[in-house]
Amino acid sequence: MIMTDQNSLLAQMTLALAGGKIRVIDLTQTLEPGTPTIVMPPELGQSWPVRIETISRYDGGGPGWYWNNISFGEHTGTHLDAPIHWITGRYLPHNSVDTMPPDLMLAPACVIDCVAESARDADFLVTVDFVQAWEARHGRIPARSWVLLRTDWSLKRGAAYANLDETGAHTPGPDAELMHWLVEERDVLGFGTETIGTDAGQGGHLDPPYPAHHYLHGAGKYGLQCLARLNELPPTGAILIAAPLKIRDGSGSPLRILALVEG
Amino acid sequence: MSIQRPRPPRKNPLSRTTAPLLPPPGRSRAAHGLTQAAALGQFALHQCPECQTVSYPARDACPKCLCGNLVVTPVPNGGTVLSVTTIQISGEPYFRRLAPARQALIALDCGPTIVAEARPDCQTGMRASASLQLDKAGQPVIYARPENGSPDSDSDPHWRELVADPLHRRCLITDGRNPITLPLAKALLGSGAAKVLIGISERWKPFADAAKLEALGAVELVDLDLADDQSVSAVAADYGARTDILIHNALHLRPGSILAGGELLKARDAMDVSYFGALRLAHHFGPIMRARGADRDNSAAAWVNVLSIFAHLSWPGFAAYSATQAASLSFSQALRAEMRGSGVRVLDVFTGPMEIDWLEHLPPPKVQPSAVAHEIVAALKSGEEERWVGDVAKDFRERFRANPKEIERDLWRQ
Repeated sequence: MIMTDQNSLLAQMTLALAGGKIRVIDLTQTLEPGTPTIVMPPELGQSWPVRIETISRYDGGGPGWYWNNISFGEHTGTHLDAPIHWITGRYLPHNSVDTMPPDLMLAPACVIDCVAESARDADFLVTVDFVQAWEARHGRIPARSWVLLRTDWSLKRGAAYANLDETGAHTPGPDAELMHWLVEERDVLGFGTETIGTDAGQGGHLDPPYPAHHYLHGAGKYGLQCLARLNELPPTGAILIAAPLKIRDGSGSPLRILALVEG
Repeated sequence: MSIQRPRPPRKNPLSRTTAPLLPPPGRSRAAHGLTQAAALGQFALHQCPECQTVSYPARDACPKCLCGNLVVTPVPNGGTVLSVTTIQISGEPYFRRLAPARQALIALDCGPTIVAEARPDCQTGMRASASLQLDKAGQPVIYARPENGSPDSDSDPHWRELVADPLHRRCLITDGRNPITLPLAKALLGSGAAKVLIGISERWKPFADAAKLEALGAVELVDLDLADDQSVSAVAADYGARTDILIHNALHLRPGSILAGGELLKARDAMDVSYFGALRLAHHFGPIMRARGADRDNSAAAWVNVLSIFAHLSWPGFAAYSATQAASLSFSQALRAEMRGSGVRVLDVFTGPMEIDWLEHLPPPKVQPSAVAHEIVAALKSGEEERWVGDVAKDFRERFRANPKEIERDLWRQ
């Protein structure tokens, strides 16, 4: 369709994109074998890592074409957690990725910088006070917006990224009170991190265990994990396009997540 | 062991890689009774159950009483060398490459006079020990050495054709997280292996043995995820042409009933590492190893599959694991057939339950990972095709051969 009304909102946005006044930033990690995933005790069920098997590559399996079979768990790479992922969200309406309302797939993002704190302490827990101090500088977190934790963790690779030892993963995340507050007092759309989970690596020892999963999904909110390039986002003003695959009754999905940033 | 033979020089890249040749492969059906004994590292010949006469070469009937039910039976391997003949030239291309060859007539204490390949220090009139070996074509031959001489036959190039000695060879162990890997790397290096390459899956997970392995010296850890075709391909690209002995020791053991929910995923995960992992290795390493079967003194020599005895019979409570082992045994048989023209030996090592945390609930006897490691190296050095490690495995083998239903019912009681 040719847009004839140059003053329409979408026409203005198209012009802004073409003119570079709105930039598109890809917040997605590449899906590849070797991408660290969540680790469970080996006697429990395991999520599949990324596997890519070639069907043909201009060879005997298909002389003129190249394609692969891929497999991975729903919670692999840069991905979205739907409310049904956690037991607290199991009875909510529209709680799976296929029933996620599409209007929620575009939403503003607040980016909370705790790079220095995470560098000092891999187990750093973000508190309500920390976020209120952020609000004092950047304004109140709007309802129905994403809150993203910028730690620059996505710049790490392999073992440093997973940061596992005998006591499990050591990665920064929110404390329990903050998650309760974001859900109840700010009515956020969801919470996102650069690490493997929305919860801290040691989040299983908090009360309740895994508070981000517990509170977010219990209130019908969403999680984003393994985000990249949050360092290119402003504290406020970015719009995220986060559309998961439409998997029937899916608990989550890898996704190509984009941010629109002005200027 | 004293290492006499110096490490071979680097390969001349301008010279053609020596192509594998095979000794004459033909054997009778009866002679394959000796193949079975040689595969297991036993010295056994045909014996008449009626008159007890031991005969050689293999026959269908007793040369003394014509009884037609000869049984391959372990017999004493000592004898006296009657004569030694040196063959300077042969019409067989394989033996032309190895000339000269020495062959001895030996009167065995158990009766027959045999023809054996003779070690250079085997002389007429000496007492000699005979062993049944598999040659490069996988067929049984007899090798003789002085009864009281050095046990080390490495200086004889004919002996080196019969075994897959790790000396100066470069070895790949595919699963660094398997508890046998550390003692196996030690044992291989102790036997003179030039290098031990160790595959580690998911390097981003902690790996406690990394420092111990690296402290062994000629060890290199590489990213190798057997469930990931791209990973296997990448390792083969770098190391395929330098892998002389490949030891596939993937261990993915999870308990579970086939009636339980979630078992399918566990079974697929286990199969992906063990069986499909083996296929990925075969796809990426097999062709180059097969081509290098005669590539000088550190040619590609062996492919070892570390298997469970439950490849033969499903282990109650470990159904998925048993299925992976049965599939892996089938893989091993297929690989042996594929490798038959190359001289690369395919060795199956069967173990009973090992002393590992997943099997803590089982009472002894259990086999120690270090015992498995040492027996792998011993089987390579003596040129076997099949070795059963530990009392449980040996007992299983005998009972399974005698009456599979008896041992199946017995496993139900565990």
